[in-house]
Order: sequence, then C-alpha cells, then structure tokens
Amino acid sequence: MTTIVLERQPLQSAFTIAPEREQTNTILQLTNIAKSYDHKSMVLNDINLSLQEGEFVSIIGQSGAGKSTLLRCINRMIEPSNGKIIFDQQDITSINKRAMRQQRAKMGMIFQHYNLVSRLTVFENVLHGRFGYKSTMQGVLSIYTEEEKRLALSILEKLDMKDQIYKRCDQLSGGQKQRVGIARALVQEPKLLLCDEPIASLDPNSSKVIMDHLKEISQSMGITVLVNLHQVDVAMRYSDRIIGLRKGEKVFDDIPKQLNQLAIRNIYGTSVDELITE
Amino acid sequence: MHVSPLETNVKVRNGRIQITNMTKANIVMRLVLWALLLFTLIGPFFLDYGTITWSTAISLTLGNLKMMFLEPAFHQITFATALKQISMTLALAFLATILGAVLSFFLAIFSAKNLAPSMVSNGIIAFNSFIRAVPTVLWVLIFAIVAGLGAIACVLGMMLHTIAYLTKAFAESFEELEEGTIEALRASGANWWHIVWHAVVPQSSSYMVSWIFLRFETNYGVAVAMGAAAAAGGIGFELFMASSFYYDLHEVGMITYCALIVAIILELVSLRIKRKLMAKS
Amino acid sequence: MTEANILRRKKWRMTGVMIVLIVLTYGSAAITKFNIIEGLFAIPSTLAWMINNLVPSAETIENIPKVLKRLWETIILSVIASTTAAVFALLFAILGAQTTQFNRFFGFVARFMASIFRNVPVIAWALVLVISFGHNVVTGYFALFFSTFGFLVRMFIETIDEASSDGVEALMATGATYFQMVCKGVLPDTMPQMLSWIFYMIETNIRSATLVGLLTGTGIGYLFDLYYKKLDYNMLGLITIMIIAVVFIIEFTSNKVRKVIS
Repeated sequence: MTTIVLERQPLQSAFTIAPEREQTNTILQLTNIAKSYDHKSMVLNDINLSLQEGEFVSIIGQSGAGKSTLLRCINRMIEPSNGKIIFDQQDITSINKRAMRQQRAKMGMIFQHYNLVSRLTVFENVLHGRFGYKSTMQGVLSIYTEEEKRLALSILEKLDMKDQIYKRCDQLSGGQKQRVGIARALVQEPKLLLCDEPIASLDPNSSKVIMDHLKEISQSMGITVLVNLHQVDVAMRYSDRIIGLRKGEKVFDDIPKQLNQLAIRNIYGTSVDELITE
Repeated sequence: MHVSPLETNVKVRNGRIQITNMTKANIVMRLVLWALLLFTLIGPFFLDYGTITWSTAISLTLGNLKMMFLEPAFHQITFATALKQISMTLALAFLATILGAVLSFFLAIFSAKNLAPSMVSNGIIAFNSFIRAVPTVLWVLIFAIVAGLGAIACVLGMMLHTIAYLTKAFAESFEELEEGTIEALRASGANWWHIVWHAVVPQSSSYMVSWIFLRFETNYGVAVAMGAAAAAGGIGFELFMASSFYYDLHEVGMITYCALIVAIILELVSLRIKRKLMAKS
Repeated sequence: MTEANILRRKKWRMTGVMIVLIVLTYGSAAITKFNIIEGLFAIPSTLAWMINNLVPSAETIENIPKVLKRLWETIILSVIASTTAAVFALLFAILGAQTTQFNRFFGFVARFMASIFRNVPVIAWALVLVISFGHNVVTGYFALFFSTFGFLVRMFIETIDEASSDGVEALMATGATYFQMVCKGVLPDTMPQMLSWIFYMIETNIRSATLVGLLTGTGIGYLFDLYYKKLDYNMLGLITIMIIAVVFIIEFTSNKVRKVIS
C-alpha cells in the first residue's frame, strides 16, 4: 500500500477557483427541504441548511435517517417534494433538465460503491467527469481536449493513482476505486463535493487515506465538502461542522466540540460507547 | 522534445494523450463485432430467394397478420377444444420437465466437480453437449421412428434437452457448496450419500425448484412447436391444422392468442422466481 | 418459533410439494396417454437403433455438398436473424430497462411488445409467413427474427439492469446527457454479456432453423424432412452428424471469444 504524503498546497494551477478563505460565500442554501415517497411518511422534513465555501461538513445519523436522500436532493437526483435549493447564488429548485445538467457539472458526487464503469480504464472513468461540459456527440465519441486530459492526469497524480491510469477499474482495490471516484468528481472542477458514505465499504487504512484527501480538497482548493458518515469519531476528527439527522429531521448543527453524549443520544437514540463498540 | 513530468508513463500518439489501451479483450470484441457486421451485410447475397414479388408478398403478409391478430375467431374448433389442447401441451411439457429433472438430479450429482471424479464429470458434460447439439425436433422425430409418432416421442425428445440444461444448472448450484462443509461432514464420518442428502440437497433445493420451473416455461414453448412439427398433439397441432390444412388465419390468430396468454403467465411467474433467486444470492 | 418447528414445517412443505408433483405427473400422463415405463424403456432401444441405423453409408458421402449447401443457408439465416434482431433488441432494451428507461410508459410498451414477440410461438410466425412468402428463406428469416428479437430484449434488459445501475447514477450526477450515459456508462459494461447472448442466439437459431425449415421447406430442416419421409436413415445420420458438427464449432468459437472478452 502506498503511503500518502499530504501537501498543504493547491492541487494545481489549472483550477480556476482561487481559495480565498477570508471572505466566505454561501455556496449552498437549503430552505425547508422535504421529501416523501408516498405522501404519508416523510423521509426528509423541513431541512434548513447553509454551507460556506471551503467548509467541511459531515452528516451523521442512523441508517434510514435520510442522509442519502438529503444528498441526492441537493443535485436533484431525487426531486425534493418541497423546499428551495440555492446553489452558487442561483435558485435551482425547478430549473429545467438542461440547466440542471450544467449545475450538476459544478457539483461532484462520490458514492459508497464508487459507481465506476468497471470495464473502462481509470483514465476514461475520470474523464467522464467532463460530460457535463460537453455536447452529447463529444461525450459519446470520447472527444476530450489535451487540457482536460492533463487536468485529469494532474489530479490522478495528486491522488497517487498516476501509475494505474490504464488499468481497468475492476482490477483496482476498494481504496483505489474510491480515489478514481474522487478524481472523477474533481475533474468536474466542482464548487461542492457530495460524498455519500465514501468510506463505508473500505478498511480503516484506506478510509483514512480517503478522508485525508477529502479534507485536503476542502482546505487547499476551497471546495465545499458535504459527507454522509456513519462513524461519529471520523466525523468529529475531520469536520468543521456536523449535522445530525434523525428520522428526516435536523436535530444537530454545530461544531464537532459541541457534539457531546447528550447530542449523540439525541441523534442516535443511544450513547456513543455503544456506537463505538458496535 | 521536452516531456513534462506529468506525461511520464503516459501513452501519446500523434501528439494526443491516449486515454485507453488496447487490451486483448478490447481487440477481440471489436474484431467479433466487425466480423458479425460483415457477415450480416454479405450473407444475404448467398441466399437463394427464388421468385418473390416483394410488394405482393409483403402486402399479403400484412393482410394475413391483420386477419390473424385483429380478427381472431374460432371456426373449426371451439374454445373448449382449445383449452383441452392447451392442457395437453402443458401436460407434455410438464412430463418432459419432471422426468428430465429427476434424471438430471442424479446426473448432476455425478457431474458436480466437488462431488464426483473428474472423469465421470467430464463424460457427462460431453454427453450433454452432444444431446444439446441435436435440435429437439430431430430427437423427437428419431424417437418417433422407434416409439411411433405421439406423446412418447415428444416427451422423450424434449426430456433430453431438459436433462442437458438442468444437469448443468444443478451441478453449478451443487458446486457452490463450500469445500469446508463437505470436508467437515467427511471428517465427522459421513459417507458420500449422507453428504449429498444432508448438505447438498437442502442447500440447493430452492435453486433446483426455480430452475425446474424456468425450464418448464421453455418446454411449454417447445411443446407447442413439437405439436406442429412432429404431430405430437396439443395446441401446436391445432395451429398447424388451422394454417396448413384449413388456411383459416382467423382461427390461427385465436389459437395464437390462447397459446400466448399461457406463455405470458408462465413468463411472469418465472420472472418473479428469478427475482427471488437473485435476491437470495 | 423454535428451530425444530421451522424444520418440521419445511419438511411438511416439501412433502406437500412432492405429493402435488406426483399427482400432476400422473394427471399429465393420463391426459397425454404417456406410459412412463414404456417411455423410459424407449430411450435405450432408440439409442441402440441410432447406433445401428443412423450412420452415413458410402453412397451418402456423395451427398455431402448438397447437405453443406442447405446447412450454409441455415447458418446464414441464423446469424443474420440474430444480428439484425440484436440491433433492434438493443434499442428496445434500453427503452425498457429500469436503469435506462426515460419514461415509464415507453418502458412498459417496449417490454410488452417484446413479450408478445417472444411468446407468440415461432411456428405461428412461420406458418403465417409461409402462406405469403412461400417456401422461401425469407419466411425462415422473419420467423427467426421475431422470436430472437423478443428473447434478446428480455435478456438485454436483464443484462443492463444487473450490470450498470451504479455507473448510470454516477454519470447522471456529473451532468451527463442521456445518450452519454447510455453509450459510456451502460454499453461498456454490458457489451460482453450482450455479445455472449448473441452467440447463444446464433447457436439456438441453428436448432430453431431446423424446426422452422421443417415447416417452411427451407434449409437443413427441409432436407431432413425429405429423407425422413423417404426413410433414408443413412442420409439422416449424415445430416444429424453435420448439424452436430456445426453447433459444436459455433459453441467452441463462442466459448473462446467469451473467455477472452469477459
């Protein structure tokens, strides 16, 4: 396993987003978001949330609390039943498919099961992140500019995956696959990274590598990172802010220090000791 | 020329960075696709079309299809006869399936790699691929020479293909039994039959039932065809009579609908079974 | 409920299933007038008969070119029916699969149409087409095409739904268009499996073509029927052996290809 040396510097100059940490802008504003599949039980209920540029925010809660649904409501992979989404100073709640495509290009997404096209090479999978900026034909015929390819290469290099670029994705380990997933999201040059349980299928070592990368991305590139996690300790170690979800409702929203026994019991209905020994 | 460190170990062709490499799998897949395309384009020129007047043939076909599907009606036979013949076809399919399944079970035990010596196993596999290579209709006709045209030839012919199919399916599910389980049983003094009855059968019984039903669905379709091609009776035979003897396309349509409804019901059931199977594994 | 109870219930259920099956078997045997004992004894006697009679003789060898010509016709029919059906089946499967359908209604229509095509008996197609197209290869082609199309749609849909839902979600999240998603997210992962189904269909169609040929007077099926009625068992032996050879060759190639591309 290769060890990761973390460098606290911007990934590379091709990125247009300059990390100006002084003046923080709101990148995402959710107002009264609700979701119900059957018009009876609410999966999400009246969620209000605002994310600042470069912030690292974790969402914790039991499985079934609505974490995944919330994440997918943000890029409208799941249509919220109610509420308003403002992303990058634009109301995207009810914009049409085409406009939404362009907005999705600015939000990277990372999945628990990596969601790679397993028979394609690492390089191809990473470049899929450029589809949002391309015409249908360009995408179908795999026409990428040299600049885009270099961008992909530099990201893969930072993620220590440069030697694997021509490998098929089904030949990679879980940790490597997730790094390809991250690279695909970064190649989008996103303003927001949505991570759905990124380490739930990984061993502790790979998990640390992935979390370190995500933290690094938010700090040095000014990309806002929103992570669903089920490990409270991981959330506390990495996050600037933690959101607690319980049965579709936001029950906690504060810095990690404030997440005490009581708060955890409120989110999970159980104490933290039981959670860790679980 | 200066190569930036970024481009070390990166394939560049004509000044463009390559995003994929040609693996054997990719090359073979492309070759196969091209070969199929070429064959499809050239193949039709080798065929002897005789004398067809395309325009009349096509308009005639459309007219026939309209008579068949939009104006179905019974003339020579009644709905009751059709029902009786469908149950006959189902019965033929059922017999072929159930007899085939019983024989397949024993053959599968001897062809599963973890239960039988490889010589026996390979022998059975070879025998099965021989059975599969001969079309069902030929088997039925060959059986008919000895046993006479009718139910026996039809059931036996279909049974052979059922055996070839189910033996493979059963053996594969037997082979999924973990080596450790067998070893543990053997260590506890169980003999070979004990292992089969107490470890192999309980674990694969639900799989076997599913496979048997899936095959039953296929056999229903085959039984319809055999009724027509090998005069084995059932709904297929009525279909043959209506079209080739009476030239009554309205009736062909009605019979087709009857056969179709049963087939779709069977398909829906087997689809459900398949989903259940997939959810389990 | 205790473990023992569950086991006992399972045992009862198995016994119940057994009884139902036995009753059904006897019922079916009664309907079809099938004598199980007599039937099973017919197998060894038929195999013995085959070994003694179904052998090509010296004269039949001269007929090899004639058989080859018909066999060639059958092969071409099987391949082009499979490939052309596959093209249409792919379109319908993309419309019909859960992961790629862009509209529930169209998805349903695509699946329904395919279901009709595969469940109308092949012989119904053959019998109707033969009335207008006569004893002609075109009859055989369309009969095979319709049933192959229906079957491949079903198999392709299963392939798409099993292999690619993850990649599809990721591509949609990057802002990819529908066609980008299908071409780059679905096809790469499903192509080998689909090719494998096409090969399977070619192999199956060789056998079905024999059946269709029998009914429509084309290809190898016609030839078999001809000598069957003449009771020329030597020729039947030759034809059977040659069919086996062709199926083996196709099976062998498709296994090789499958191994490499998977």
